[in-house]
Amino acid sequence: MTKKLLEGSQGIAEAVALCRPQVIAAYPITPQTHIPQELADMVANGKLKAEWVNVESEHSAASVVLGASATGVRVFTASSSQGILLMNEVLFNIAGMRLPVVLVCVNRAISAPLNIWNDQQDSISQRDTGVIQLYAEDNQEAADLVYQAYRIAEDHRVQLPVMVCLDGYVLSHAWETVDIPSQAQVDSFLPPFKPLYKLDPENPLSFGMYMEPDKYLETRYMIQHTMEQSIGIIQDVAHDFEKIFGRPATAIIEEYQTHDATTILVGMGSMVSLFKEEVDQLRSQGQKVGVLKLVCYRPFPKEELYQSLKRAKHVVVIEKATSLGFGGPVASELRSVFYGCPHQPAISGFIAGLGGRDITAETVKTALNKAHRHPVDTEYLDLRTDLELEGISNPAGQHKK
Amino acid sequence: MKLTIGGVSQPGTSRENRTGSWRVNSRPSHLHKTCTACDLCALSCPEGCIYGKGRNTYYSDLTYCKGCGNCADVCPVDDIVMVPEEKSLPQEWMVFSDNQEYKSMATS
Repeated sequence: MTKKLLEGSQGIAEAVALCRPQVIAAYPITPQTHIPQELADMVANGKLKAEWVNVESEHSAASVVLGASATGVRVFTASSSQGILLMNEVLFNIAGMRLPVVLVCVNRAISAPLNIWNDQQDSISQRDTGVIQLYAEDNQEAADLVYQAYRIAEDHRVQLPVMVCLDGYVLSHAWETVDIPSQAQVDSFLPPFKPLYKLDPENPLSFGMYMEPDKYLETRYMIQHTMEQSIGIIQDVAHDFEKIFGRPATAIIEEYQTHDATTILVGMGSMVSLFKEEVDQLRSQGQKVGVLKLVCYRPFPKEELYQSLKRAKHVVVIEKATSLGFGGPVASELRSVFYGCPHQPAISGFIAGLGGRDITAETVKTALNKAHRHPVDTEYLDLRTDLELEGISNPAGQHKK
Repeated sequence: MKLTIGGVSQPGTSRENRTGSWRVNSRPSHLHKTCTACDLCALSCPEGCIYGKGRNTYYSDLTYCKGCGNCADVCPVDDIVMVPEEKSLPQEWMVFSDNQEYKSMATS
């Protein structure tokens, strides 16, 4: 185990290399390019023995890893924003064919307008695909989730793709001290890939079959069932990780000072670090606040979230994505968890940080103040008051103080 | 019957998928009068369900034939004609087939 000062993307590349993938295909896009770039260097100079496939688009990158995974080898790809969207139909195919592809999404906003900075719309827009999604708070966690992702994906009780998400620039381009384990440690945690089914001329099989209405419904039910079961498996993998690597792994959710909290902030990814700092400050002032860090977004851990949040009076969700025409995905999904249940905290939803707009301590304070005044359905935080928005005379979320 | 994860399946599903049921309007009739065994009907069949070796031996496997009429279109000596679809398989056609299942599809 060595502590190295690394850029987030380098930490990811080191982790991927230690997992011994045999086929890597990726296409450049800001801000994830450093990941395949590092891996390509490793393959070129012999440090990583893998087949590197140059492709003409992210759709092809995903298709190449799909095909390679079907032949029974461990694979890897990565993308962001438009690249993830371009992979969309292939992600459905990978999940539908139950292939344990691991990919990294370096979270970036989606066009139009064209924006290269961080928000989580890209991965969240893939929430229906059947791909397991894990969100990292910092670069150590991002690297650590890679090892766990392969273990989860390749578990015969799962056999689903896993997407590890980290915030673009904020994490991918930040330099942190990351603990990089030894090859022996990773090998003891992640055994060689043993596919359940694979393409093999000696024993021919077909993947991705045509399927009529008489069976398709059942295949979807099987994936839903598997995803629900996988929550327990993800937790087991995290426990195993802690045993072998000697540092905590969060698995599904992390509860930070929530045990007696009357107000709990909910977030995913790097913003949680800020929330924890705010909570520390507010606690020192006597306020009973806590943070619920959501690591596993898909499958959505309904039971774990309910148990953790049920005793709070206020739940304040801040998210870096939105379902246009509706509201925040995390907030709305969280509200559905409480539907019909005896405990009913007031759940407020805030949209912030889109297109790389900084989420600051002020943002968090504003959210808490608004939520404490009265529950908020969906409100955009930090909307500028100095911009005239054509067609809108009085934008919502803009309060004159 | 077991549904595998991902619907992964063994080879041979084509054999079970009897596309002959898709045929609605017409079916090919090989007249066996002027056939020169040029093999064009067999080559042009999208289902690959025409078999034959030698003059006047060609037949369309009606359990798979979708009635597209390509064979009749392409036959250079007009030895194949499309005739109205019937509910049963013709008895004389069964002579060329070894498969017991095909025989069970014919009416007496």
